[in-house]
Amino acid sequence: MNKRLSQQIAFIIFKLFGVLVVAILISILGFIIVNGISVINWEFLTAFPEEGMTTGGIFPAIVGTLYLIIGSLLFAFPLGVMSAIYTHEYAGKGWIVKTIRMMTNNLASIPSIVFGLFGMALFVNKLNFGDSIIAGSLTLGLLALPVIIRTTEEALKAVPNTYREASLALGATKLQTIKKVVIPAAMPNIITGLILSIGRVSGETAPILFTVAAYLLPQLPTGIFDQAMALPYHLYVLATSGTDLEASRPMAYGTALVLIMIVLTMNLLASFMRRKLEKKRSK
Amino acid sequence: MQKRKIIRRILDNITEKLLTISGAVTGIAILFITFFLFTEGAALFQSPQVEHGYALYVNSSNPVNTLQPEENKAIFDGEITNWNELGGKDGEIKIFRIDDAFQIYPESELGENYELLPAKLGEIISKEENILAFLPTQYAPQGAAVKALTAKNIQPKDYFLGKGWLPTATPVPLFGVLPLVLGTLLVSIVALLIALPLGLGVAIYLSELASDRQRRLLKPVIELLAGIPSVVYGFFGLVVLVPIVQKALNLPVGETAFTGSLLLAIMALPTIISVAEDALRNTPRAMREASLALGATQWQTIYRVVIPYAKSGISAAVVLGIGRAIGETMAVMMVTGNAAVMPQSLMESVRTIPATIAAELGEAPAGGAHYQALFLLGCILFVFTMIISISAEIISKKKNYKAH
Repeated sequence: MNKRLSQQIAFIIFKLFGVLVVAILISILGFIIVNGISVINWEFLTAFPEEGMTTGGIFPAIVGTLYLIIGSLLFAFPLGVMSAIYTHEYAGKGWIVKTIRMMTNNLASIPSIVFGLFGMALFVNKLNFGDSIIAGSLTLGLLALPVIIRTTEEALKAVPNTYREASLALGATKLQTIKKVVIPAAMPNIITGLILSIGRVSGETAPILFTVAAYLLPQLPTGIFDQAMALPYHLYVLATSGTDLEASRPMAYGTALVLIMIVLTMNLLASFMRRKLEKKRSK
Repeated sequence: MQKRKIIRRILDNITEKLLTISGAVTGIAILFITFFLFTEGAALFQSPQVEHGYALYVNSSNPVNTLQPEENKAIFDGEITNWNELGGKDGEIKIFRIDDAFQIYPESELGENYELLPAKLGEIISKEENILAFLPTQYAPQGAAVKALTAKNIQPKDYFLGKGWLPTATPVPLFGVLPLVLGTLLVSIVALLIALPLGLGVAIYLSELASDRQRRLLKPVIELLAGIPSVVYGFFGLVVLVPIVQKALNLPVGETAFTGSLLLAIMALPTIISVAEDALRNTPRAMREASLALGATQWQTIYRVVIPYAKSGISAAVVLGIGRAIGETMAVMMVTGNAAVMPQSLMESVRTIPATIAAELGEAPAGGAHYQALFLLGCILFVFTMIISISAEIISKKKNYKAH
C-alpha cells in the first residue's frame, strides 16, 4: 500500500478514536444531566426520602457524604501532609524512604473493596465501632491518603532548593524553614491535593458498604458512632434495590447528577488550580 | 527569655517526632491491611466443612467414615441417593434433620429443655442403618450404635480449585473460587482488549498529531472520565448499556460478561491513555528527526520508532489498565448479573471477585466460614493487584535503565 495513503488512514482512525472518547463522555454526562436536571429542586435537596424512596429528597444522603468528607480528611490530610514532609524533607535517600514510598504507591493500587474489607475487620468488628461515621471516615481516609501524600510530595519537590538554602543561611532551623518557607510556598499545590481527595472520597461506594452506609434512615446522624446515608450508596440502592425501581428512577437520576456535580466540580477546580500554578511558575 | 527558648526547642522536637511517626504510620498502613486480610482469610482453613455447630451422624454399622464437600452437596441435592455410590453398603440414603425428630416424638416426651432429645436421636440412628443425620452438636445423639462422621476442616484444595461457589448451602457450604477468579479474569481481559487499541490510538493522537487546541479539549475530557464515580458508571451501564446489549445481540438478558467488559473498557481508558501518552512523549526528539530525515513518513516514524521505543511504557499502561479493571466493584456488580457459575461464554452472566465480596459480606455473619472465605477472596484480589503494580513498576524501571 502507498505509504501516504496508509498514513492518512491511520491518522483518520486515531482522530475518530479521539472523537469517540469525547462522545462517550458527552453521552454519559448528557444522559445524566438531561434526565436529572428536571428532578433537582429545593425540595429534592432538602427533604427526606418518602414513600419507599420514590418521592421526597436526598437530604440525609447529602449530609452523610458531607460528614464522611470532613471525617476522612480530618484524619487523612494532616497525616498525609506530615508523612510527605517527613519523607521529602527529613528522611535520607536510604532504603527506609524507598520502602515507604513503594508502600504508599502500592496503597494507591489496592482496590477500594479491599479497603472496605479491612475497615470492616478493624474498625467495625475489632475496635467495635460498629457501622458508624467514624469507621467509614477512617476507611475512606486510608483511601485518600496516597492521593494526599503524592500531591504533597510533588508540591514540596516544586519548591526551589534555593528557598531552603536562603532560609537556612539566615540561621533558621530546619523546622523553621519548613514551617515558614517551604510549606507556604507549597501550600497552593497541597490544597489542590486536598480538593482532589474530596472528589475521590465523595464518590467511593465500595469502602462504605460495610463500614457506615445505611439503606434508609429516618433521621440525621447525631454522633460519630451513628450510621449515615451517603450519596454513592444511595444511588446504588435507588438503582438496584429500592422497593419500586421504576418509580424511583427519577430519584436515581437526580442523585447521580448531584454526585457527579460534587465530584466533577472538585476535579475541575483542582485541575484549574494546577494549571494556574503551572502558568505562574513558568513565568 | 531562656525559658521560652527551651519550650520552643521542646515543641520543635515534638513536631519533628510527629513527622517521623506519621511517615512510619503511612508506611506500615499497608502492612497492617495485609496482616488483617490474611489473618481473617487464613482462618477459613481452620473452619470445619460442615456448617458451624452441626455435625453428621450415621449408624455405626456404616463403613463410610468421611464425606467430601461435593459428595455432601450431591447427597442433600438428591443427586447421590445410595450409600454404595460413596463406598458403603447398598442401601438408600435416608436423610434425617433435627426437625424430623419433632415429627416422631411429641415435645412432651423430649423433656422441658430437650434434655431427652440426644437419647431419642441415638435411638433413631441405631434403628436405621442407612440414616445420615444432620444434627446440632448441642444435641449430639447418645447411643452405642451412633457414629459421627469425621469433621474435616475446609481444605485449601477445595477452596482454590473448587468449581462451585455456594456459600449458604446447608449443611455443607461450597467455597470454590474458580468461577469467581475466571469470571474476574474474563471480564477484565476482554475489557482490556477493547480498551487497548482505543486507548493507544487516542494516546498516539494526543502525543503525535493533536494541535494545542485539540489537546486542551481532549485532556480535560479524559480527566473527567477518570473522575466519574464508579457507581455512576454502573448506573449508566444498567440503564443504557444493558438494554442496548440485550437488543443489539438479541439476548434474553442484557446483564452479561460482555456488558461488564464494555463498561470496564470505558473506565480503564483514562489510565491507559495517560500512561501510554507519557511513554510516547518521552521518546527523544532526535530519534523522531532521524527517522524523518531518512525519508520515513510520520506514520512510519510512529510505528517503527516511537512505539518500539515506548514499548515498556505502553506495557505499563496495559498492566495498570488490567489492575483498574480487576479491582472495580460497583460498576461491574451492577451490569454483569452476578451468577456465580463457571463462565461459559461472554454473553452470559458472570460474577467477579469484588462483586462477590460486595454482594455477600453484608449477610455473612462476622467470624463465620463465609465471612472468612470472603476475606480470603480479598486476599486473592490483593495479591493480584500487588503483582500488577509491582510488575508495572519493574517494567517502567527497565525503561529508565535503558535510557541512561
